[in-house]
Amino acid sequence: MSAETAHTSHAEGEVHEETMTKSKIWNVFFILLAITTVEFIIALYLVPQHIWGITYHAANPVYIVLTLAKAFFIVAYFMHLKFEKISLIYIIIVPILFIIGLILVLTNESHHWLDVWTPHIG
Amino acid sequence: MSTAVSEIDEVKTTPWAGGHSPFNVEYGKIMMWFFLLSDAFTFSSLLISYGALRFSSTTWPAADKIFQSVPFVVDKGYPLVFVGIMTFILIMSSVTMVLAVEAGHRMAKKEVAKWMVWTIIGGLAFLSCQAAEWTHLHGEGFWWGHIPNTETLKEFFENGALTVGSAPYSQQFANLFFTITGFHGFHVFSGVIINIVILINVLKGTYAKRGSYLMVEKVGLYWHFVDLVWVFVFTFFYLV
Repeated sequence: MSAETAHTSHAEGEVHEETMTKSKIWNVFFILLAITTVEFIIALYLVPQHIWGITYHAANPVYIVLTLAKAFFIVAYFMHLKFEKISLIYIIIVPILFIIGLILVLTNESHHWLDVWTPHIG
Repeated sequence: MSTAVSEIDEVKTTPWAGGHSPFNVEYGKIMMWFFLLSDAFTFSSLLISYGALRFSSTTWPAADKIFQSVPFVVDKGYPLVFVGIMTFILIMSSVTMVLAVEAGHRMAKKEVAKWMVWTIIGGLAFLSCQAAEWTHLHGEGFWWGHIPNTETLKEFFENGALTVGSAPYSQQFANLFFTITGFHGFHVFSGVIINIVILINVLKGTYAKRGSYLMVEKVGLYWHFVDLVWVFVFTFFYLV
């Protein structure tokens, strides 16, 4: 029943149970900055110096996970999506998942191209 | 008039009961979200095509060898420093944009204007950096349909030696780099223009009269999206 009060609002006076305060904004900024710094440390120090045996290929999945983490913080907090109605969250996030299909199809396809063009390697 | 209401006649107030948007956001804002969704598909197509071409290549120019200059400061030896500065500028301008939105919630006109100005400055700074980087790469010989001569090209590969694929794959790199960063830069440029329009409206008091700074939130969504795309462009062109 507590949901009733939240739904009485319309266009102009949106009711946010929770919203961004100045301190939260700066917290998110420092998280983004920290993640970017970690990426630079991997790219400029860990990989070239072969620290902990991290190779160029091993670093790539790490970059992608860190990038997705940054994307989450930007969309959830800066774009305020985390505080919107669950239905709005779904209509934005679910279509994005279709992109995964394109990634799977084209990575598979590109490995095939590589085999066709360079049979001695494939 | 009977006060007894049967269960079926009770007015429902659940999100999908009708009478209001189940999403509880204003029309323009939800349309901005839909536009950004379509734009996300456009950028994904570009980036995934880039990924596919790169996965199917036998060699590729090394990012830390191509991007090792800081224009106007040093020509070589500082890989990824300049793009680090660019990334920082764009994240900073995203922060000033949320601060403008936050000030809008408090109806603080002067603060909204102040943070909008900083956001615009951040956007222009980013565009200047990108122009400098494009000029530098153009000077090296990269452009749409152009790659550096063999001697220069050698410097951009991991072992300093060229193989059969080096020239065609460098060509693909050049085309993809300028197309994707160019398309992103065009978004930043549009964002700066829209921000300026919104800033003029803020200063004229349009939103103060309207009683809401919702337009600042909408343009903010666009601006954060541009930042979001850069996060991906940065990873896939400069790190991977």
